[in-house]
Amino acid sequence: MSQKKKTARRWYDYLWIASALYLLLGFVNILFAWLGMICFLVPLGIALIGGNKSYCNRYCGRGQLFELLGGLGLSRRKEVPRFLKSKWFRYGFLIFFFAMFFGMLYTTWLVASGAQDLKQVVTLLWTIRLPWQWAHHLTNVPGWVAQFAFGFYSVMLTSTVLGLVTMILFKPRSWCVYCPMGAMTQLICKAKAGKSR
Amino acid sequence: MPVQRKKAVVEKDHCVACGCCVKVCPLGAIQIDRGRWAVVSERCVGCGRCANACPASVISVEVQP
Repeated sequence: MSQKKKTARRWYDYLWIASALYLLLGFVNILFAWLGMICFLVPLGIALIGGNKSYCNRYCGRGQLFELLGGLGLSRRKEVPRFLKSKWFRYGFLIFFFAMFFGMLYTTWLVASGAQDLKQVVTLLWTIRLPWQWAHHLTNVPGWVAQFAFGFYSVMLTSTVLGLVTMILFKPRSWCVYCPMGAMTQLICKAKAGKSR
Repeated sequence: MPVQRKKAVVEKDHCVACGCCVKVCPLGAIQIDRGRWAVVSERCVGCGRCANACPASVISVEVQP
């Protein structure tokens, strides 16, 4: 029968390296933050075209990173609290995340239109403003390109920190329970497949 | 003594379809159905690895009637 053996690792089992590298590159040059768009567009594309969550299931480097760190004994492996896995939290966080994302796009537009100057900060957890001008070297790029990079890296760093905290407190991939991308792609898949069966 | 059959049961309404269960199943007995939720096949012997791995804790091992 098709009993699954301990199969050799595939190329996509190493995508955690890309996720770790992404976080490091943000310290080298903030413009690398643009690469994070891959983590937004690829899962959406797969869900919209393929109607599945193979991004979460196979390719998510962040999920792998949490799995790996959890496997090193950094996770308490406790159940997530009930509220965290409730629908209102999952979709509430998605809406909150959307609001923050569009706020970031608005700031980018303000800089593009000249209404606001470029702010060389990375905002952690929506409140802590970390000076980040030391990672902005290619100052000849348009201001909005850099502003988007700072904003986007803030989103990525914040969600990684949240994921790390819940990785330690609960199961390694607790982030998946409230991941906005996961929620969005699941909604797309449900809409595509219908709620049959 | 009657043999008790155990099987993983997914609370699919709260499943986030992350696929952690699929990765740890030694029998390939659990799959994500079209990105919606996890589905357990007849091959499941109820070892409970998926239940341990599930970040949302929506899988439980139940004794089959």
